[in-house]
Amino acid sequence: MVSQTRDAAIVGIYEYPKRKAPGITPLQIKAECAERALEDAGLSWKDVDGLYDAQDGPGMSGLSLSEYFGFKPNVIDTTAVGGSSYEFHAAHAKRDIAAGKCKVALLTYGSTAHSDARAIGTGGVGGVGAPSPIDNMQAPWGMTLISNYAMVAHRHMHQYGTTSEQLARIAVATRAHAMRNPEAVQAMTDLLYQDIREITTDDVVNSRMVADPLHLLDCCMVSDGGGAVVIASPEVVRDTKKPPVWIIGAGEATKYSENGGDITVSAGAQSAPVAFGEAGIRPDEIDIAMIYDSFTITVMVMLEDLGFCKKGEGGAFVTEHGLRFDSPTGPALNTDGGGLSSNHPGMRGIFLLLEAARQLRGESTSQREGAKLAVAHGNGGMLATSHTGGTIILARD
Amino acid sequence: MSRPQPRFPEPDTQPFWDATREHKLMYQVDPKTNDVIFFPRRHSPYTGSRDLEWRESKGEGTVYSYSVVRLNRHPAFKDLGPYAVAYVDLDEGFRILTNIVGVADPVNDVKIGMRVKVQWEDQESGIALPMFAPAR
Repeated sequence: MVSQTRDAAIVGIYEYPKRKAPGITPLQIKAECAERALEDAGLSWKDVDGLYDAQDGPGMSGLSLSEYFGFKPNVIDTTAVGGSSYEFHAAHAKRDIAAGKCKVALLTYGSTAHSDARAIGTGGVGGVGAPSPIDNMQAPWGMTLISNYAMVAHRHMHQYGTTSEQLARIAVATRAHAMRNPEAVQAMTDLLYQDIREITTDDVVNSRMVADPLHLLDCCMVSDGGGAVVIASPEVVRDTKKPPVWIIGAGEATKYSENGGDITVSAGAQSAPVAFGEAGIRPDEIDIAMIYDSFTITVMVMLEDLGFCKKGEGGAFVTEHGLRFDSPTGPALNTDGGGLSSNHPGMRGIFLLLEAARQLRGESTSQREGAKLAVAHGNGGMLATSHTGGTIILARD
Repeated sequence: MSRPQPRFPEPDTQPFWDATREHKLMYQVDPKTNDVIFFPRRHSPYTGSRDLEWRESKGEGTVYSYSVVRLNRHPAFKDLGPYAVAYVDLDEGFRILTNIVGVADPVNDVKIGMRVKVQWEDQESGIALPMFAPAR
């Protein structure tokens, strides 16, 4: 193993427990989660000197969130790249802390997408905001977000022989984890899931087709929710309450549709080698794979791009390893229940860091025995057209 | 209610949409490098050059990938029934997002790799949307 850096660690975490939260605003969720995550770390409100935000609040978020929270941070980073924003933030927080620019970095997220009745997956894409060349070439075609990802699934099936049953195994594993997580069970109850139980591949492939070849159970929920992560310097870590979860590698990338390009390859193919290279570890050493599961196909593509298997072999990989917390081989996938069965308020990236940290502290409801290394890989934007990938490698002490 | 339309002023894509009024499918080429540029822009994404030429496509290509949308809550699409959104690779080397039309059953009649030809759908504004139907 090459020498790993130990210059920043996740020291405080909190996930907003409700997925249906009428009467509370996203900003209030962010502030409540911030206070709880700082409490988890044994730090206080005034300790925060770095603020990271994905512009999910009103106005100029770096300014308005500082004012709303009551912070005067020395570092403000408002990188907004959709669901992967929080992996980008973690990467930047590590860099900023290592450079001595701040000591206690706070990442927050709050959303009331469910209560607002936002049709994230089944609304048309485009046609709002200022005119842009990209929007002008996409808006007329009725491409929903789900059909966007479904085009990747069709192409993956065409190139590699991947099947709906193989994709379904991803939903089966995450549902098994969700059933062990009381907050996920409550989420499915509150969001009126039918027949809340462990599911089979047959359940998935027999569920209603939403956008061929993706079925209802291939798709994540639309919930309310939020969370906060506190990342701190080694000197702060000495006094925090919980075991530190070190950020040992980070990578970020973009990918977009190109003439002659391959949409079965994601931005992860660029971000992951950078992150694993920095960490000095191999994908097969990873215990916990927290991978953005907006849809089953998202996970299939990312498993390949993160290097767990070769491109095109994701179907065989999920069949062989099962991806459960208690599978004897391979990584445990989305042990909180994932976006598919626990929490997806629009930008899931923060929950990937939260559950990875829980696993490396030994606090998960589907704990992988002896978990030492985790990867959190966020995906932002839309997989077929244009998206971001953020990879974070985490290690316990 | 009509489909979402391209909106202007938007100078990068204006020439493309202007040409659709005459049912011409245009794309750009960098004459120095022969790079094919699409979506339309003032500059080449490969070199930054602004010295680009417009060319007319024959409008023939193959389906790269597709999905049949069963549910879209947007008013223009919600009563349309299942329809196919697709990427089509034109023979000149550019990839366009579009719909596949002219098939009885999009679920079973659209295939990756199938040959298609442009078919124009005129809009109230005077522009036309390039869609693609199976080549005869």
